[in-house]
Amino acid sequence: MSVREYPRLDERVSRRTLENGLEVIVVHKPRHAKQYAFFATRYGGMDLRFQLGGQWLDTPAGIAHYLEHKMFDTKEGNALQELARNGAEPNAFTSNAITAYHFDSTERFYDNLRILLSFVSEPYFTDESVAKEQGIIGQEIRMIEDNPEWRVYTNLLRCLYRNSPARVSVAGTVESISHITAQTLYDCHRAFYTPGNMVLVCVGNLEMDRVAAAAEEILPRESGPAVPRDYGGEEDQTPAGPEVSEAMEVSMPQFLAGFKCRPIDGGEPLLRQSLVGDLACDVLFGDSSPLYTRLYEEGLINGSLGGNFDTLPGAAYLYVGGDAKEPRRVFEDIMAQARRLGEEGIDEAFYQRVRRASYGSMLRSLNSFENIAVSMSEGHFRGFDYYRFPEIFETVSKSDVERFLRENVVPDRAALSLIVPKER
Amino acid sequence: MAREQLLENTYLTYLPSEKFKTGLLSAQLVLPLEEETASLHALLVNVLNRGTERCPNMEAVSARLDELYGARLDPTVRKIGESHVVGFAASCVDDRLLPGGERLLEPLADLMGEMILRPARENGGFVSSFVDSEQNNLVDLIESEINDKRLYASKRLIEEMCAGEPFGVSRLGSAEAAEHITREALEARYEAILPRARLELFYCGGAPAERVRGLFLRAFAGRPQGEPFVLPPVTRRPAPPAPRLVEESMDVSQGKLCMGFRVGGDDIPAGMLMNAMFGGTSNSKLFLNVREKLSLCYYAGSTYYRRKGLLTVSSGIEFENYQRAVDEIFAQLEAIRRGEWEAWELDGARSSMLHILRTMEDSAGAMEDFHLQQAVAGGEETLQSLADDLRAVTPERIQAAAERVKADTIYFLKGKEARG
Repeated sequence: MSVREYPRLDERVSRRTLENGLEVIVVHKPRHAKQYAFFATRYGGMDLRFQLGGQWLDTPAGIAHYLEHKMFDTKEGNALQELARNGAEPNAFTSNAITAYHFDSTERFYDNLRILLSFVSEPYFTDESVAKEQGIIGQEIRMIEDNPEWRVYTNLLRCLYRNSPARVSVAGTVESISHITAQTLYDCHRAFYTPGNMVLVCVGNLEMDRVAAAAEEILPRESGPAVPRDYGGEEDQTPAGPEVSEAMEVSMPQFLAGFKCRPIDGGEPLLRQSLVGDLACDVLFGDSSPLYTRLYEEGLINGSLGGNFDTLPGAAYLYVGGDAKEPRRVFEDIMAQARRLGEEGIDEAFYQRVRRASYGSMLRSLNSFENIAVSMSEGHFRGFDYYRFPEIFETVSKSDVERFLRENVVPDRAALSLIVPKER
Repeated sequence: MAREQLLENTYLTYLPSEKFKTGLLSAQLVLPLEEETASLHALLVNVLNRGTERCPNMEAVSARLDELYGARLDPTVRKIGESHVVGFAASCVDDRLLPGGERLLEPLADLMGEMILRPARENGGFVSSFVDSEQNNLVDLIESEINDKRLYASKRLIEEMCAGEPFGVSRLGSAEAAEHITREALEARYEAILPRARLELFYCGGAPAERVRGLFLRAFAGRPQGEPFVLPPVTRRPAPPAPRLVEESMDVSQGKLCMGFRVGGDDIPAGMLMNAMFGGTSNSKLFLNVREKLSLCYYAGSTYYRRKGLLTVSSGIEFENYQRAVDEIFAQLEAIRRGEWEAWELDGARSSMLHILRTMEDSAGAMEDFHLQQAVAGGEETLQSLADDLRAVTPERIQAAAERVKADTIYFLKGKEARG
């Protein structure tokens, strides 16, 4: 086991890899009442095609998310209720690349941890219980279909990518989930919910020995084999289509522009790329950037404009969007500003203060246990230690950010997704 | 925790904590909640946020915040009971984490004080371009509430159910009122409230009390003084003999059902537990029956407004399941009235409420909000006393609280082609 201090962050972290391959991370928070556990598998909405027992399997869109819902079923009933009875607040989410189950509690943490480890590692489905979930998830899909932010995002990814499963909605569709059976769910669980493919992050006033003991007691002794996945092969940086537009019941148009970037596999170069990408966003359209101020003062945007740099397995993109009455004009202005910054360079004084602000907001995000756990898990799955960000951040220079803008925020790599108000 | 009078009509709540990476500062003006002034107040803080005498525009304000290691300073508009509370909340990285050990709290408090006391001016008034653009943004923001159908339906329910009561006024006021604000009216409202509003100040973080007193005294010294507002107590109304039905249609794929109830009596701890068992947690009767047993929805939950004596239920359903869902929600309320629950349901609800109270101290924002609510409502509640009260609630008191829950209004947002 290793214990590591991060004096620049005022954090202490213990790490241990169990014999079955599970990575256990404890982030020590001696002053907090809240205790938090986050159990995640490197399996998400993008993992639709994979090899199991020598065979390539194609699974329906939305299956990882469906599996997440069904994992809470146990022989005795439902783990969600079991945890809630102890006063714990359990929940789960499925993203493109990760499925995570978590709870926070202030009493009986280790009992709750055992419940968490048990229900996530022991599937219990019947055809009847799988069929019943169609109604609930069907309503969840209907709900997000009415959500313009979700639509503008999923439409953008479909527009950016040709083959990558990033273009498939994590929740799937009412149609795609109708093909899910108990057997497909068991197959996916067997493939991806193996200790070697998972990480357990606990945050709070906790002891590594007790956390690891619970994991050793409950989880399988051995991990399954690593599962090859197919993410649709390498794609160039040209988007699949330039633009997608949809009409919805909204008061004002919304837009989301995406710029396809070259993905990096993993390790500290990936963390560094993320830091550069985030800085590029701050410099280009952050709250204090000249572009943001000008567009805001001209009434072309409101406080909703924002964006980020996002990396997925085999895919990376910068996105920016919000409400705007003239979204195309804002989109053009963003690209023009990127070109200017790339060609003429970023003002040194401006760059220095954005850098400070960016560092401050990374520190701020460590107030949240969930942010910590998500960053730690992603770091583990993709081969870096997130808490090294202060050191990596120091190596980033102004010319890195300028180069990033010159290469990526260009018309050839751009796609635009629009939601326009429906005619009444 | 300590709340003390710092200046005339000005109070400071000091919440020491070493847990956080950031320190929180907040300055809140407590005002009456009225139809005529709600959008004025909402617009006011957004105009103040645009610039001060020393940082006269957005770029200067943002640059200042960037220099303070990405400090945040945001306008806030809250509806607490039947008061309207507007102001600013700010936070900055704690000194201990800064490479040079710089002090950020003082300059941040100064900037916050300037926003409230010394806004940017032109020709002796607010900068008209700030007023115009924030007015447009406010109108757009109110109109965009329709984008989130779940929140929109909840808001419409409260508007319908509490029409004529201050509580029926929405947080940002109406788009129509916001559209008709003039710069002169805004200026006049600012001059009127600045001397009269009670100012509630908060700090949560690792700095010692003396330093915090000093920085707030410096930032807010010189506020003009006037006759303080008298804030009327929260009104309570009975439900009509039969619930009112309100329907709206829109081009949506999922229906939104919101039901509003009046809760009589004063047994707030019993009301909180009753609500937790009914629809307040993922262990509640609504979650387990409307969602898990009948698969009618993805979400079904309830909210209890304890100071106003209201309870609302919100759910997203297929249009044709309207009657089934309504019947089931009433049936679950009836079950609580009859005391039909298993021991774990009450135990779970109680542990869940206690858990929420205990973890509040792990979030600076939650602490500020809780103590602001106390300061506005004027109660003697503390996190500890509330926890003790919850522990003492008996099943009989929960049944009695459920007896006093009466349906007032049912709101349904349905699709355009749906029958019904």
